[in-house]
Amino acid sequence: MKISVLNVTKQFGDFTALSGINLEVLSGELLALLGPSGSGKTTLLRIIAGLDWPDDGEVQFDGEDALSRAASERHVGFVFQHYALFRHMTVFENVAFGLRARPRKFRPSEEDIGRRVKSLLDLVQLGWLAQRYPTQLSGGQRQRIALARALAIEPRVLLLDEPFGSLDAKVRKELRRWLRKLHSEIHVTSIFVTHDQDEAMEVADRIVVMDKGRIEQTGTPQQVYDHPVSPFVHDFIGESISLPVIIDGGDVRFQGQTIGLDAQGTADGAATLFARPFHMAILPASGDDNLKGKIKRVHGIGPARRIEIALGNEASETIVEVDALRAQQWRGGQVVGLRPQHYRLFPSRDGA
Amino acid sequence: MSDVKLESRRGVRSMRAEIHAKRRRNADPAWVQWTITGLAASFLGIFIVLPLVIVFSAAFAKGFAAYLAALRDPDTFAAIRLTLIVAAISVATNTAFGLIAAWAITKFEFFGKNLLIILIEIPFSVSPVIAGLVFVLLFGLQGYFGAWLKAHDIAIIFALPGIALATIFVTFPFVVRELIPLMQEQGTEGEQAALSLGASGLRTFVRVTLPNVKWALLYGVLLCNARAMGEFGAVSVVSGHVRGQTNTMPLHVELLYDGYQLAAAFAVASLLALLAFITLIIKVVLESRLSQE
Repeated sequence: MKISVLNVTKQFGDFTALSGINLEVLSGELLALLGPSGSGKTTLLRIIAGLDWPDDGEVQFDGEDALSRAASERHVGFVFQHYALFRHMTVFENVAFGLRARPRKFRPSEEDIGRRVKSLLDLVQLGWLAQRYPTQLSGGQRQRIALARALAIEPRVLLLDEPFGSLDAKVRKELRRWLRKLHSEIHVTSIFVTHDQDEAMEVADRIVVMDKGRIEQTGTPQQVYDHPVSPFVHDFIGESISLPVIIDGGDVRFQGQTIGLDAQGTADGAATLFARPFHMAILPASGDDNLKGKIKRVHGIGPARRIEIALGNEASETIVEVDALRAQQWRGGQVVGLRPQHYRLFPSRDGA
Repeated sequence: MSDVKLESRRGVRSMRAEIHAKRRRNADPAWVQWTITGLAASFLGIFIVLPLVIVFSAAFAKGFAAYLAALRDPDTFAAIRLTLIVAAISVATNTAFGLIAAWAITKFEFFGKNLLIILIEIPFSVSPVIAGLVFVLLFGLQGYFGAWLKAHDIAIIFALPGIALATIFVTFPFVVRELIPLMQEQGTEGEQAALSLGASGLRTFVRVTLPNVKWALLYGVLLCNARAMGEFGAVSVVSGHVRGQTNTMPLHVELLYDGYQLAAAFAVASLLALLAFITLIIKVVLESRLSQE
């Protein structure tokens, strides 16, 4: 099912949770809403589910108005960060809840319910836990039961709010892969909220990067990583080096010195230079127009080294971390030149 | 080899003894511990246990037959009946109210919520006599609605409705007070999950909310019931003390006592004391369930 979010706005008192959100979720895709806390991603998810209401705008499921329906009528599977399993019910009863809640004439027979619950528990590979209570399960198991429970109603869309947020790192990684695999089996349109960029990168077909109630960028993980459209996205996704620079007649200057880079058509004035740590080439210091700095520390194991370099003069030192190969044998104290192989320039927003 | 082992074991033992000695040196002296424990125990004995023992011994002072005869008296019987009716009405009312109020306070945001929370607690801080007087002022013969009620032949004061009203007022906070903290802690995610799974509001309440708070609810009902049966002050003001008609058990005890029927008074009192015991036992059971909730 296709979901369209049109111009959705939501205020909580003085706080703007969402301002003018427009988003298309394609049928069958697995979409990540990625952003720091307070970016509005969970609010957007809850509005789609019908657990929250926008102040303005529209939400459509396959072109029909979803806002005129209550949460219980939307056929949305919702998975909560803290599972929200019914503690006084067995795993079996938890999963059966949605089936039993149907109006009498749509309610499956007891045998059907039994069969459906069993196949769902098999799907999440926890059939053997049917008679346990939620408190007897581990976090990862609970989350999978919560997912089975949400899938029991044959949802038109599956919404997951920080589904792995309260699990420890190892389980989280396992469940991530497992969710990806599950989605490729059942192909239900799914949206999950996360603040973890690795999670979004690994699991999602497309990522929606949000900040301060706005969508910053939408695209595949590759697009978002390789072509960030704003300083925020560059900074938030993947590691970044950022340097304050001045653009002056096509030259890029750092602390008054030209650094031999093209301004990429950026207008004159203050700007920020963004680059990835592994796109920085370390050169022997020379008279060329380069960023110049002194190696402070070299660390790391395996074939790669992480090198901390202090740029600029003593008074206003900027430390950048750069990746290099072990074979290059850089040492602390060396003065070196730096040149980003790929970089982006973003004019400062306030123009200062 | 074994010598070394033996040596080290002896070393461990002496070290343990030393730690034990250090611990004892730093603990409160024995006489302090004994004095404090003794004080607490004798307080409990004098003010709680002794009176209870006296109640039962006085009740059975003239033998078991006299005890049964006192309870079989028609007026006593009427008092017991009235007490049970009033308790049933107040507990039912306050349970319904408690659930509604706790639901409103914990699941919705609305203006004046904090005021409502404060108002709920008022019966605990107001003297029960005042609670009774309020109803006399409202529904008594000289009260605001007195003339109208008399004209329509409706009896509230000096009748069952007045006694029930006063009891409801006094026992008002018990259920809701137990529910609010628990429901606040549990939040609304369970309800939201149920709704998103297609459950109706009623189904969500019956299948999700109620089971989540059932032990707290029972605990509140228990305390409410104990107080409803034992209430004296508020009921005394509105009852009119009509023997065999508007006397509840506590009022009946007073009446018998004032009439020098000591054995009978204590016999009825022993029933109230028994109620306290039963309440206490159920309370302990419920508390252990509640701590699991």
